[in-house]
Amino acid sequence: MLRAALNRLLGMAIVMALVVTIVFIIVRVTPGDPAAVMLGPDATAADIASLRQRLGLDASIPEQFVTYLGGLLRGDLGTSIFLNIPVAQALWLRAEPTFFLTIFSLLIATAIALPVGVLSAYWRGTLFDQAATTLAMLAASIPSFWLGLIFMQVFAVQLGWFNTSGFGGPGASFAERMHHLVLPAFTLGLISSALITRFTRAAMLDVLNDDYVRTARSKGMGEWRVVVRHAFKNALIPILTVVGLTAALLISGAIVTETVFGLPGVGSLIVSAVLRRDYPVIQGALLVVAGLYVLVNFIIDMLYLLVDPRVRY
Amino acid sequence: MAATAGAGMAREPNLLMRIASRPTALIGLIIVTIVIVLSVLAPLIAPYAPGQIAVRFRLQGPSLAHLMGTDELGRDVFSRVLHSGRTSLGVGFAVVIFASLIGVTLGLVAGFFRRFDAPVSRLIDAMMAFPDILLAIALVAALGPSATNVVIALGIVYAPRLARVVRASTLVIRELPYVEAARALGVPTPVILVRHVLRNVTSPLLVQATFIFANAILAEAGLSFLGVGISPDIPTWGTMISVGRQFLDQAPWIMWFPGSAIILTVLSLQLLGDGLRDFLDPRLAKDV
Repeated sequence: MLRAALNRLLGMAIVMALVVTIVFIIVRVTPGDPAAVMLGPDATAADIASLRQRLGLDASIPEQFVTYLGGLLRGDLGTSIFLNIPVAQALWLRAEPTFFLTIFSLLIATAIALPVGVLSAYWRGTLFDQAATTLAMLAASIPSFWLGLIFMQVFAVQLGWFNTSGFGGPGASFAERMHHLVLPAFTLGLISSALITRFTRAAMLDVLNDDYVRTARSKGMGEWRVVVRHAFKNALIPILTVVGLTAALLISGAIVTETVFGLPGVGSLIVSAVLRRDYPVIQGALLVVAGLYVLVNFIIDMLYLLVDPRVRY
Repeated sequence: MAATAGAGMAREPNLLMRIASRPTALIGLIIVTIVIVLSVLAPLIAPYAPGQIAVRFRLQGPSLAHLMGTDELGRDVFSRVLHSGRTSLGVGFAVVIFASLIGVTLGLVAGFFRRFDAPVSRLIDAMMAFPDILLAIALVAALGPSATNVVIALGIVYAPRLARVVRASTLVIRELPYVEAARALGVPTPVILVRHVLRNVTSPLLVQATFIFANAILAEAGLSFLGVGISPDIPTWGTMISVGRQFLDQAPWIMWFPGSAIILTVLSLQLLGDGLRDFLDPRLAKDV
């Protein structure tokens, strides 16, 4: 068990090292001088030279990589060129809306997907199953920004139940701030529920015909207990995997949704960084999000090890 | 063995006949075909030029003269939706081709040559740690916003998925007797890779390519909507929605119709992909 965990940890470290290298390369593939691109066409040669020095771009690529790695090991993600604060601080200041948006979206997605997926598998081939499968596919086909705008038009503009954008201003209470997240969370949650529904259905179909389910039935156990206690419990591992991965992917969905609803989160920070060519912020955000994804994967693998003794890495 | 021989003697249904046997896949294929034909023939079908401005007809609702209404400059939304389809589908198709070039190469190398398997597989894992849109945004930011760079960025984003599928199939095919026989006969490795391995990974590749086509259309629309993709001067479904959001309460049709075009296209590609997977790659059919 310990050996397997260490193996997995080593695998994670290798992937993370590659992630760091990829992030470093992405900024360096900019055609021409990144400092000139960042400062725009009006920049003077002196400005460009100064920024090159500040970002360490005047050193050789291997030297830049070593400096970059050294910074990362000290927890230094660089400094935002436009905000003029450390990237880690910029991300932290914008973390609250993104964190709660991700949590609420995941709750909404699982609250819809788990019962629908289980019932869809249980009633396989019925009208309910066909409707659920079709709706899941439809949800996966809708662009999140479009659904967000439709929700905004109906629930904010026409019905006036919610604000069209923002996070409630500086003095807003926690409840007010969360109220601003209702529409974005439903937008992301509904779309994310599609993937979880399909995986839940597939995982349940796998176990519903297993021997132990048949045995439980033949012992006269109630149908509800058979489905929940025996089948669902055993289908939980693949379902947990997809829920975990959806959580990591929601951060990506948040980029677009936050922009639609004007939420001051990490997603909108990334978009504004791209529009301003603030490479340190883009670089830092990429690293943090990919790191979270690798970490979620690792945690899921560890849960596998704990739950299923047959799993070996 | 007998079953194989029997199957060999019977006339095997071709791909189109197999698709026709599944109603949902057939519906998907028909809609995709209609969308492609309408987009390709946009210059002939569209009643107006996509950039034709007529300010006195601005923000008009759907009517016989303007089937999908007009936008803030009086341009015909129907004509723009048709022309935007050319860009959106074109980008999606180019992404599939570019991603396939990278993905197939990486997958074949990792699956066929044992010594490259671990490093290439770790690279694929690392690439897949980045969420689609985020990596695409970062790459477009680095390369500069243009249609070509959007294709390159999305191609790089989706290539690892194809690489993973091709690698898995190659690992199995590599050990099959006919590949061993070809090796023993001294057939050069590139010939084995192309003639024996690549030909046999086309089924899972085709299934994945269909889904990547759908995802690329969604991702391109997302990038255009955020203003970090294709230039706003070129009509795409994403840029149309981005502009339409400013007139949400006055003229919601500006964003309704391009959004519906995206949903219809992506949904039909997913239906087609699901159908293809069911009979081309039945091992995966139950997974999702």
